[in-house]
Amino acid sequence: MTDSAALPSTATQALAQAAWRIRRYALRMGEVQGQGYIGQALGWADVLAVAYRHALTLRPREPEWEGRDRFLLSHGHYAIAHYAALIEAGVIDESELETYGGDDSRLPMSGMAAYTPGMEISGGSLGQGLVIAVGMALGLKQKKNPAFVYNSMSDGELDEGSTWEAAMAAAHHRLDNLVCLVDINNQQADGPSSKVLGFEPLADKWAAFGWHVQRVDGNDLPAVLSAFDAARGLRDAKPRVILFDTLMGKGVPFLEQREKNHFIRVDPPEWQQALTILDASRPEPSTEGALA
Amino acid sequence: MSQAIAEKAKPRLTTSAMIASIASEGQRVKAAPFGKALVEYAADRPEVVGLTADLAKYTDLHLFAQAYPERFFQMGMAEQLLMGAAGGLAKEGLVPFATTYAVFGTRRAYDFIHQVIAEENLNVKICCALPGLTTGYGPSHQATEDIAMMRGVPGLTIVDPCDALDIEQAVPQIAQHPGPVYMRLLRGQVPLVLDEIEGYRFELGKARMLREGADVLVISSGILTMRALEVAQDLAADRIGVAVLHCPTIKPLDEAAIVAAVGAAPRLVVVAENHSVVGGLGEAVASALLRHRVQPARFELAGLPDAFLDAGALPTLHDRYGISREVLGRRIRGWLG
Repeated sequence: MTDSAALPSTATQALAQAAWRIRRYALRMGEVQGQGYIGQALGWADVLAVAYRHALTLRPREPEWEGRDRFLLSHGHYAIAHYAALIEAGVIDESELETYGGDDSRLPMSGMAAYTPGMEISGGSLGQGLVIAVGMALGLKQKKNPAFVYNSMSDGELDEGSTWEAAMAAAHHRLDNLVCLVDINNQQADGPSSKVLGFEPLADKWAAFGWHVQRVDGNDLPAVLSAFDAARGLRDAKPRVILFDTLMGKGVPFLEQREKNHFIRVDPPEWQQALTILDASRPEPSTEGALA
Repeated sequence: MSQAIAEKAKPRLTTSAMIASIASEGQRVKAAPFGKALVEYAADRPEVVGLTADLAKYTDLHLFAQAYPERFFQMGMAEQLLMGAAGGLAKEGLVPFATTYAVFGTRRAYDFIHQVIAEENLNVKICCALPGLTTGYGPSHQATEDIAMMRGVPGLTIVDPCDALDIEQAVPQIAQHPGPVYMRLLRGQVPLVLDEIEGYRFELGKARMLREGADVLVISSGILTMRALEVAQDLAADRIGVAVLHCPTIKPLDEAAIVAAVGAAPRLVVVAENHSVVGGLGEAVASALLRHRVQPARFELAGLPDAFLDAGALPTLHDRYGISREVLGRRIRGWLG
């Protein structure tokens, strides 16, 4: 595993910039609609920055390129975050965020495959991403395609039985081309995930299912980077899961501190206030192209 | 008659094994038409893959698994995974045939068929055994409302084959049809009847008139087409003419053929299906006739009742619910008055 402390600072600086831009794009989309799962988007931005600016093999202008790594958004309501990452990656033009959630937009409120370049699946009926990922990982192996499948999911989806059906199957079929990314923000529709249906000890559960497991702070960029590298570089013939503990609203202190809800309420003037706060905390620019 | 004599006169029927053939005694059969047809079709098509939820042997998919082990994926007794993974394989350009029993495939994995497969119009072929009342195991295994559920899924093609011939001819056609398909599967020793109909061929999306008759028109699908042909033969002895229009594709329904057949002559119309009278072929036909403003002389449904059916021996249950040769014939005579 890479030692995060030894990473070149330019790489983490560039990723911090990317994460900052992803947060900003998401806030701007939220402002367009006056709503959106912004708490989740801000919390998941660091993981998305590492995924889209470091880990994934992509051709931004050729989103269906056969050699691409597949990134599945199982939690379709995180679309606002995913669109921001796709803008950051150059798959979608920044100007398009003005259409977010509108009629005939390619950026609907919940992610759908037919609408958006780079959106691999129609998620949103929670607990479906990982079973699809199992099929895609099997299919890639069948085609001898070395690409990886990344399944992005929320901790609430751990409630769904299908998640564990997929977990058993991925280990049984030795899917070493499958990486599952779980956002543990401990918040689902009816309250804290741990209160809705306790899932701990989570790392032990995945390990018992036959997965390689890492659990890291999902808002610590060097740690996130290391975890992605370790998952990818592992030689074991087993699927990999990274459990990311994240903070909803990360990067905008008044949203971080707001009473935690699945759907954080943001009043109309607060979108601009959030953007102002975010702009004041813009990370130092770094030399572009320093990323691996 | 004392009970002892009655029992001697009528052999005691036992609950048929779950995988018992629906063929009647002495009927011509063909073994495993689905498995054999799929093996043949897949021979020079490496994109065809098979997967199942712990029911390869009982859906005849084991033949595919034996022929092409590297293209067979065992998903375990996990139907949500089965449908979701089939969708994932289709997304990678493969043509998955996913098999299980109809009850589990439809009732247990509905949202995965709906959202993963159909919403993205993925090229998955869902083939499910034990359709309707073809087991005496009771409602846990009797898929009496699978067609109703599947008809509600936009863009899903639904096939209810009659016999071994229908199945072996349907396999290459559903494989070549771009998009998701749900096919009801007859497995094991499957009756062979449609080869007796001159020139008959299964054609996806088409209904076919199997015989003409002036007094009754039976519109049917699945094994009830076989029953309808038997009943037509029985009634012909009494000079009652029964026409049989076989509709193996339930969706999209060949409305033109149905409207033409009903409009051709004023006669009793009976829709016969191995499915609940709710949401199946009967209601689909009724809706088509109303929309096309075609009024049959009389219209009756010969499907399974809207109820949880009994467990027991299959011949008894077919009698009880009106889909045996004898009882279906009696019902049609009754409707004729």
